[in-house]
Amino acid sequence: MQIVDRRLNPGGKSLENRQRFLRRAKALVQKAVYESSQNRDIQDILKGGEVSIPIGGTEEPHFRRGPYGTHEHILPGNKTFIEGDILPRSGGGGKSREAGQGGDDEDAFRFLLTREEFLDLFLDDLELPDLAKKRLTTADQVNLTRAGYSVTGSPANLAVNRTMRLAMMRRMALGRPKPETVEKLAAELEACDDEDERKELEEKLKALESKVRRIPYIDPIDIRYRRFENQPKPVAQAVMFCLMDVSGSMSEHMKDLAKRFYMLLYIFLTRQYKRVEIVFIRHTDTAEEVDEETFFRSPATGGTQVSSALEAMRKIVADRYPSADWNIYAAQASDGDNAYSDNAATATLLTDAILPVCQYFAYLEVGEARSLTVAASSALWALYERIQAGWPILSMRKVSDRSQIYPVFHDLFQRRPAEGKVG
Amino acid sequence: MTRKAMKRLYEGAEWDFETLQRIHDACEKIAVNELGLNVYPNQIEVITAEQMLDVYSSIGMPLFYKHWSFGKHFAHHEAFYRRGLRGLAYEIVINSSPCISYLMEENTATMQALVIAHAAFGHNHFFKNNYLFKLWTDAEGILDYLNFAKSYIARCEERYGPAAVERTLDAAHALMSHGVHRYAGKKKLDLRQEEVREQQRRENEERIFNDLWRRTVPKGPAKSKPDLNAEHRRAMIGLPQENILYFLEKTAPRLRPWQREILRIVRHMAQYFYPQGQTKVMNEGTATYVHYRIMSTLHERGGIGDGDFLEFLKSHTNVVFQPGFDDPRYSGLNPYAIGFAMMQDIERIVTRPQKEDREWFPEIAGTGDAMAVLRDLWANYRDESFVTQFLSPSLMRRMRLFHLTDDPEEEEGMRVAAIHDERGYRRIRRELGRQYDIGWIDPHIEVVDVDLEGDRRLFLRHLVLSGSVLEEGDAKRVLQHLADLWTYDVVLEECDRSGMLLKQHVVSPRESVVAAA
Repeated sequence: MQIVDRRLNPGGKSLENRQRFLRRAKALVQKAVYESSQNRDIQDILKGGEVSIPIGGTEEPHFRRGPYGTHEHILPGNKTFIEGDILPRSGGGGKSREAGQGGDDEDAFRFLLTREEFLDLFLDDLELPDLAKKRLTTADQVNLTRAGYSVTGSPANLAVNRTMRLAMMRRMALGRPKPETVEKLAAELEACDDEDERKELEEKLKALESKVRRIPYIDPIDIRYRRFENQPKPVAQAVMFCLMDVSGSMSEHMKDLAKRFYMLLYIFLTRQYKRVEIVFIRHTDTAEEVDEETFFRSPATGGTQVSSALEAMRKIVADRYPSADWNIYAAQASDGDNAYSDNAATATLLTDAILPVCQYFAYLEVGEARSLTVAASSALWALYERIQAGWPILSMRKVSDRSQIYPVFHDLFQRRPAEGKVG
Repeated sequence: MTRKAMKRLYEGAEWDFETLQRIHDACEKIAVNELGLNVYPNQIEVITAEQMLDVYSSIGMPLFYKHWSFGKHFAHHEAFYRRGLRGLAYEIVINSSPCISYLMEENTATMQALVIAHAAFGHNHFFKNNYLFKLWTDAEGILDYLNFAKSYIARCEERYGPAAVERTLDAAHALMSHGVHRYAGKKKLDLRQEEVREQQRRENEERIFNDLWRRTVPKGPAKSKPDLNAEHRRAMIGLPQENILYFLEKTAPRLRPWQREILRIVRHMAQYFYPQGQTKVMNEGTATYVHYRIMSTLHERGGIGDGDFLEFLKSHTNVVFQPGFDDPRYSGLNPYAIGFAMMQDIERIVTRPQKEDREWFPEIAGTGDAMAVLRDLWANYRDESFVTQFLSPSLMRRMRLFHLTDDPEEEEGMRVAAIHDERGYRRIRRELGRQYDIGWIDPHIEVVDVDLEGDRRLFLRHLVLSGSVLEEGDAKRVLQHLADLWTYDVVLEECDRSGMLLKQHVVSPRESVVAAA
């Protein structure tokens, strides 16, 4: 007999099969992922988890008999029956037949997704639209930068100055005679007549010459090469401005919707793009730049002036994000209320200062839960709609229910065919 | 009884490799010397739970080609396992030589002893001696063949693209249950030769291919052979043929050579697993009976302690537990339970027969050597014949078996057709035996005709038994796969014994597949 310890063998033999399965069932799994994400907190989404997909599309059919015709059963545990008894059908046989045909549970297939798999599917085919200025890719481009010297390298990278300096240091330290000294001595020897002195000089010259031979001008240990390192370099920089209305007119429900939207945006940006900066601005009748924590968690209340947020954004752009170098995006969430007097200012700011520097401006209008069918457009919506006519980069969507968040988000940021991309 | 003293094999639950070796040697001594078992050399592999899940998903084989369906099974098992709904099997054993048994590292020493007795001796003996396994499987060649299959399919994926290979495999898997020869041919299966034969086939094709023939020899008017009568024509291409995969491999007009080879691989796998489906009760019954005998003997001789023996009994009784039909835990007849009970019952009949047993089993009752009788049964029977011939009235009474007929014609409900009484014994036994008959479980479908001179339609016939036609949705999907392989229309007719047509399916191949072929 032979005993083999396989415990140390690499596991995950089924990994590839699993990936094949996920690829095959991608559409179904994606739907399941999206459905399961509706019922969860956004934070939980990051953890992955169990999903259930319908068996369709991944079924493995084979010929089998249908539930027709007569059936014979042999069963154990008879207690009271005698031959010829008739048992009503309500229990076993009839029921399982129905379940086989239309039962939802039997046809569903449940399994676990890891966090990575979950997010990959969740955020699949989303991207920041129109990264025209400087394309920003998820894979950073690398740049060679100087990083000191090394003792090995290609001849093309030989650092001559450094090598010579090191050689000189070594020559001096070891006392290699200079060529002039040798020459001078040789000349002296030439000029000398005295035998003894001549002998002495000759020996001196001989010693010097042997020293010159022993201590080379440039030794291999002197040689240095310029060293380069691959430095990841952002190809393009992008900044996302999140503008949220937190005024009194925003109900809890609306705030929840807006926050969910931004959460998704946040997950999407931090996961898909390494170098996207996010600026959080919240506003009532005044606007302030806040950190993430405050933006998502802390309450505030007051009147509404949309222009204040836009003004804040304009200032930040001017201060920190020169539009020549940065792709600028903005996502604004609001209930659509705005002080009447503010509309003109908002429009001017938007058309003159904000939209010209932006790559994309998404406006999300959140509504009350029951206002699903109410189409009456708010002040801001009407205003933006007018502006949109001249600025196609302005996108607008309405959301009034939790379940709409992901579709709308997906809609706003889905990967579009490469149309209208400049350069 | 002589109580031979024996050194304790292990203490407590801990074990190491020396313990395993000692347990194996002790089991071997009993199995070979006292039970007279004849086994393949054993190879015991210790694996983790994670690895056990891996093994699960590729139908228990140590290496297998890649396919999404295995990933699906893996995901499924994993979900159940993680939620704690289902434990893992203690062991998986492979019908190969050497016989590989997987042992989980979590098992206690007693469990390892149980598993070694069960798998490494019980199943092992059955694999080596049962006529079905001898006939249909090649234990020496299987691992090499799996290796060949895996690399062949990987090569195909590289060369022809994963999508095309996957499509072919999907189709082949759908037809897998109808890819077996039910009757043995003249030649014994030799899986080791398969790789060589594949190469030879290809070389031969290359050698006999001569472009000149194709281009220069005038074709002349097509010869029509109206004189060939239908019978003769069918016989020429080996019809009727119930091995659908074999038929496609040999006859499908537009399959590429590699597709034929893939069909062949799937067909061989189906054939390899074919005996297992027919010997579930016997196989498990044998293994359970053997482990019970070995463990009891070890305990009698002091090889394992009383506590350990109780632990064993607990697992053992869990395995052979059979709840009644009205119990919420009931989920069909437990093959372990019925198998083990029958083995024990036969032992009783052979050694301590009652009058009834002498009437029912005159050839074995009271012959005295239980092991000789059992070994003979294990070698020469399958579930169907075993149950039909050796289910005894006393066991039927003990299990309180009864026979229920569910006829949709009957409005009131299901009729109790037989119970465990004098009138019922034979009927129950016959019916139960029939339920283990693979010819009864799998629908009987065969290729009956192909219209080679017309539109190349392929005709199949399903012989419907007791009015049970095929499940519609699945049948459509399988036929779709079949049509895609055949690349012309496929017709499946479902007829009952009198030849009356009950249902007809016609499926055309998908355009995309035909275009790609």
